[in-house]
Amino acid sequence: MSTATQQPRVGTPRNYLNADYGWRSWLFTLDHKRIALLYMVSITFFFIIGGLFAVFMRIHLVEPQGALVQPETYNKLFTLHGVVMIFFFLIPSIPAVLGNFLVPLMCGARDLAFPRLNLLSWYIYVVGGLFTLYAAIAGGVDTGWTFYTPYSSTYSNTQVTAVAVGVFITGFSSILTGLNFIVTIHKMRAPGLTWFRMPLFLWAMYATSIIMTLGTPVLAITVFLLALEHLFHVGIFSPALGGDPLLFQHLFWFYSHPAVYIMILPSMGVVSEIIACFARKRIFGYKVVCFSSVAIAVLGFLVWGHHMFVTGQSVYAGLIFSLLSFLVAIPSAIKVFNWTSTLYKGSISYEAPMLYALGFIGLFTMGGLTGMFLASLATDVHLNGTYFIVAHFHYIMVGGAVMGYLGGIHFWWPKISGRKYPNGWAALAAAIIFIGFNLTFFPQFILGYLGMPRRYAFYPAEFQVLNVMSSAGATVLGVGYLIPLIYLIWSMRYGPIAEPNPWGAKGLEWQTASPPPTENFSEIPVVTEEAYAYSAEEEAQRV
Amino acid sequence: MRLLASMLLQGLPFQPDQASTIAPSVDHLYFFITVVTLFFSALIFSIIFYFMIKYRRRSPDERPQAIEGSLPLEILWTAIPTVIVAVIFVWSSSLYFRNSEAPLGSMEIFVTGKQWMWKAEHPEGQREINELHVPLGRQVKLTMTSEDVIHDFFVPAFRVKKDVLPGRYTSLWFEATKLGTFHLFCAQYCGAFHAGMIGSVIVMQPDEYEDWLAGGVPGAQAESMEVAGGRLFEQAGCATCHLQDGTGQGPSLLGMYGHLVHLSNGQTVAADDAYVRESILNPTTKIVNGYKPVMPSFQGQLSEEQILDLLAYLQTLGKVQGKQPEEGKK
Repeated sequence: MSTATQQPRVGTPRNYLNADYGWRSWLFTLDHKRIALLYMVSITFFFIIGGLFAVFMRIHLVEPQGALVQPETYNKLFTLHGVVMIFFFLIPSIPAVLGNFLVPLMCGARDLAFPRLNLLSWYIYVVGGLFTLYAAIAGGVDTGWTFYTPYSSTYSNTQVTAVAVGVFITGFSSILTGLNFIVTIHKMRAPGLTWFRMPLFLWAMYATSIIMTLGTPVLAITVFLLALEHLFHVGIFSPALGGDPLLFQHLFWFYSHPAVYIMILPSMGVVSEIIACFARKRIFGYKVVCFSSVAIAVLGFLVWGHHMFVTGQSVYAGLIFSLLSFLVAIPSAIKVFNWTSTLYKGSISYEAPMLYALGFIGLFTMGGLTGMFLASLATDVHLNGTYFIVAHFHYIMVGGAVMGYLGGIHFWWPKISGRKYPNGWAALAAAIIFIGFNLTFFPQFILGYLGMPRRYAFYPAEFQVLNVMSSAGATVLGVGYLIPLIYLIWSMRYGPIAEPNPWGAKGLEWQTASPPPTENFSEIPVVTEEAYAYSAEEEAQRV
Repeated sequence: MRLLASMLLQGLPFQPDQASTIAPSVDHLYFFITVVTLFFSALIFSIIFYFMIKYRRRSPDERPQAIEGSLPLEILWTAIPTVIVAVIFVWSSSLYFRNSEAPLGSMEIFVTGKQWMWKAEHPEGQREINELHVPLGRQVKLTMTSEDVIHDFFVPAFRVKKDVLPGRYTSLWFEATKLGTFHLFCAQYCGAFHAGMIGSVIVMQPDEYEDWLAGGVPGAQAESMEVAGGRLFEQAGCATCHLQDGTGQGPSLLGMYGHLVHLSNGQTVAADDAYVRESILNPTTKIVNGYKPVMPSFQGQLSEEQILDLLAYLQTLGKVQGKQPEEGKK
């Protein structure tokens, strides 16, 4: 690292970061890369807020009677943790940050199809976030992030309307981003970049965008109806007003189950890129992996009823939803097998992004397999509503999605910032996160099977040991998340300057400078090879 | 330290009590899925570790051969998970299906959930709060409703759980196989003291249960649900119109409950708990053929427990006449 320079070189080429200065150049930018950074800062802010709520929860649960706060406060903590993490961190995480940055670069385009719409979607996100923060400060909300009626619509006297408005507004940000990606991927691919030459990250973004544009309107309608009933007592969900108490759950999960795939599909795309690069291999069964993304996106819309096995819905509906839920497991399993096979006869190196990607496979495999307990009717009856559910979805949405997001940030950081981070620290953080995550959430599988219900502010003493273990693990996990925050910020000023393609990766984004110029490419590239052409023969052909 | 010591002494519990007839069968399935999970995790992780070591990069300019993929392998690893999930699906669904309806002849107990307590009423009239006494070795069906928000009746030791909904009846059943006291949890978040909406299920020997039923209430002998319902039938004015000989403004309710009812719109419905409840609260929704929609709604005038009492009374009326047509046919 003796070549590292700590100051910008004299005559640093113009790039998107130094093209212009001042707050106006950021807040009115139409550059997809700058908007990606606006999103990165905003979602990091919300991740810290959501994480703090979790810290308080885990401290509180160290003692059976509750160590920290009143039950009402605990209920607000887990609600805000869920709302902030899901709607303001996980859903926008990879699409709005990495997707915004990479979709045009990977397509060989100069920007997204609708740059103004892109900036608008960030502003919408911020306004939605401010509503939610207002609700948190003005007394909080205690319905759980699922807002089940009639508790939320009739009985809760917390800030339900403000949060519903916040979620409603933010939904439009998601819809606009998805729309922008779909149009960009359809219309703006560089010459020669056919559908089956696209990197798998683009396929994942495409599948995710479809879910965003089709699913989010249903969520918007649902929370709108909820606010309507909460404010004006229009009888939609509350039986006392003539409504149907389960209607809300059907509408809510029609979006919120596919939303899980909004969180996990992008991570799958990121992991495909990383594994191909660090094994120097084409992804095994490229087309199968493409289609499995689309299959997950489509099937994901047909499984919402598996959240409602114990609501008294018809036995036959239960059977069908169970069957469809098992079906959605198959494309997920296929992906894991294909990633594993990609390593076969590869040339594998273990830089930090690869460690995150391998960590993702481990945690996602565990999360996916434990999903079988919940797709299965007879076992779900026992496990539904317990800590088993909490553990399962954290394995997918935190173990999977956050690992994928961090892997992606580490992989493309040299491209985004033009700097390198210390690899040793990054590897250490990946290991700490992996260990801390398992220590936090594995005990919760056992807690759930033993029967401890979720969302309990205090609990019978027999569950204490496992809760203490979980809280101890959360401490490790918290440290693991802090480390990258520190060295990544450090690297922006002090990190060694990154070359255009530090990993020797394929893909159009690596063929331009690091960081890229505002217009991405001085000349629109022409694609003449398949994705992931890492082999010697393909290398030779190009020369 | 003390915590750690007690943990080591007692050993970590990895299985909840098995105290109902269905608990072992659910656990067998749980165990099977656990084995599948462990096997596939171990398989995938060992393959990954093996590849990670075997194919580690040995020189910086190493370029491996491209491998396109393999259709036979893709088919193989699509087929294997499909077969496994099919086995789990069939096993699990048949177990669920078998247990979805309470067996005929189950004794029935009525449960009402409200923020934040469980109220139970036995047909003999015995009432209790946050406790549920049941006899060992008898099939017990719970008919449940909520006075406010959605709750969920969960007894981990029995492996049973069902949401308790406002404005609707849900039911579950179990047969206890072990004497003792077991946790009863609310498993659907229901507001500030959700965590306090817990109680115990107390499994007793059948004769002790009979004693408990008979002697529980200090002072007066408990009034059975059907007697209370009959009294309510008079007090609330139901009897004014629903004359037993069928000459009243409303249909006679003899032989109604548990049988088919012909409606004015030509449809036929089964007169079950849900239908009777609806007819009390929203009488104009389904009109019995030949009658006018003149009955007032009792929405807000009867508590959930009073409606359950009325149901118990109407059930006995249903049995009275229900037998006669059959005997006539003989």
